[in-house]
Amino acid sequence: MAKVTFVTPDQESITVEADSGSVMELAVNNNIQGIDGDCGGVCSCATCHVHVAAGDVTKVGEASEIEQDMLELDDNANEFSRLCCQIEVTEAIDGVVLTVAG
Amino acid sequence: MKKSAISDPFEKARLEQGVSEIDDQKDPVKMVLGLKDVRKCAHNWKTYQSGAAPGRIVVPSEVHIRDTRQIPFEVDPPEHKSYRDLVEPWFKRPLQDEYKILLKQQIDALVDDVLARPSVEVVEEFALTLQSRALTLLLNTPYEESDVWIDWGTHVFRSEDSDLDADKANILYDYIDQQIDNAIASPTDDLYSMLLSSEVNGKKLTKEEVKGVMILTFAGGRDTVINAVTNTIAYLAEHPEALRHLQDNPDMTGKAVEELVRYFSPLTHMGRVATEDTQVCEHAVKADSRISLCWASANRDERVFEKPNEIMLDRKVNPHVAFGFSHHNCLGATHARQILSTLLVSLASKVGSIDIHQYHEKIEDWQQFQRKVGYDSIHVTFHANNK
Ligand code: FES
Repeated sequence: MAKVTFVTPDQESITVEADSGSVMELAVNNNIQGIDGDCGGVCSCATCHVHVAAGDVTKVGEASEIEQDMLELDDNANEFSRLCCQIEVTEAIDGVVLTVAG
Repeated sequence: MKKSAISDPFEKARLEQGVSEIDDQKDPVKMVLGLKDVRKCAHNWKTYQSGAAPGRIVVPSEVHIRDTRQIPFEVDPPEHKSYRDLVEPWFKRPLQDEYKILLKQQIDALVDDVLARPSVEVVEEFALTLQSRALTLLLNTPYEESDVWIDWGTHVFRSEDSDLDADKANILYDYIDQQIDNAIASPTDDLYSMLLSSEVNGKKLTKEEVKGVMILTFAGGRDTVINAVTNTIAYLAEHPEALRHLQDNPDMTGKAVEELVRYFSPLTHMGRVATEDTQVCEHAVKADSRISLCWASANRDERVFEKPNEIMLDRKVNPHVAFGFSHHNCLGATHARQILSTLLVSLASKVGSIDIHQYHEKIEDWQQFQRKVGYDSIHVTFHANNK
C-alpha cells in the first residue's frame, strides 16, 4: 500500500492510497481536481501534470525522454514536473506529495 | 498488404526534409511532418495563428465557402481561452454515467441490428448512423433529429465530384441558422440554448458566434468519426483475435482506442498562418503563408514510435497527436473516445467475426502524397459471437 497526497489548485490537500495502477488512475478514481487523464495514461494528453515535492523527487524518479518532450511544451512545467500517468503506484512512492499543475 | 492497412505516404519526406510543400487553390501549404516539429508549431500560436481569415487554416481552404468564424477553433489566445472555458464542460459530458449509458444503448442496438442482416455497407449504414445518433447526445437534442443528418449523406462539405461543395455547406449553415432561431423562440436544454444564454467576457454570445461553435461541432466530428468507426470495423474484420483479446481484457480498451486513432489519424492535417517570417526544420516560412501540422505523418514518426506502421493495441506509451496538440486540441475528443471505447466493448461482446466483401478506399490526394483515410464504401457481414 502506498499513500499519495495531492495538493489541488484550490490548495486542498487530499491523501489517498492504492497498491497498484498508475498515480493518474489513483487521482481520477478519487476525483482529484485538475487531473483529467484524458488519454487514459498513454502520455498523449498532458492532463495529468503534477509537480513533485522537492524532497520526493528521488522517490518518484525521472521522466522518460518522451515524457520530457511533452512537458517541455507545457506552460506550467518546471524541474519538478511529471505526467503522473507515467508514475506507477508502488511502495517506493509511499508518502509523496504531488501538487496538481492545472 | 491487408485490406484494412493504412500506409504512411509521408515517410521519405519526413526523414529527408521534415517538411513538404503542396498547393491548395493557389495558397500553398508547407506541411510539417515530424512529431516534435508538429508539436512545437502547434504550441507556438503567436507565430502560427489560427485566427486568420475564416476557413483559411483548413486544408483544403474554405475561405470561398464560409464567412463564419468557427469557435473556439479559429480564435487565438487570449480570447480563445474564454470561449474554450465556456464550451469545455459541455464537451466533457460524455464522461457522465448517464451519457455513457445512453451511448451504450444506441451502439448496442445498432450492433444487434447489423448482426441480423446478411450484408451491411459500413460507411452509410453503420458509421454515419452511429455518428449521427451519438451527436444527438452531444447536442442534447431529440434522437429523431439524427434522421435529418443521416439524410445529408456522409459529407457535409465534400461531394463525389468536388472537395468543396458550397451547396452542401449551405445545407448545414441554413439548418444551423434555423435551429438557432428555434432555440431563441423556445429555449430547451440543448447546446444551442446553452450557448445563446451564455456570456463570454461579460458579453452575450452573438448569433454568429453560436453559429461558429455549432458549425465546428457538426463539421469537426463528422468525417473524422465516420472514418474512425469504419476503419475500426475493417481492422477487426482482419484481426478477429483482437475482438477476443478485447473481450478477455476490457482494461485494454482505453489503450486500444488511443492506438487505433494514432494509426488511423482520421484528420490528416490542420493549417496555421505564419504571422512573421520564420522557419521550420531550416525551411523558410514567409509571413502570411500557410503551414500545416500533419498529424498523420507525426503519428508514424519512427524516431518516437516503435514499429510505427503496426497496430499494437496495448501500446503503453503512445504520445500521438491524432486529436491535435496544445491549446487547440480536439474539443470533441472526449466524445470521440467514448464512442470508440463503447463500440469496442460492444463489438467484443457481441461479434465473433466480420467478413469483408467489396470495398472502395477513400484516398486523399495531396499531390505528391496519396493518403488512404478510410473508405467510400465497404460491404461486410457481421457474425455473432458464441463465446
Ligand atoms: S493521462 Fe494523458 S498524458 Fe497522462
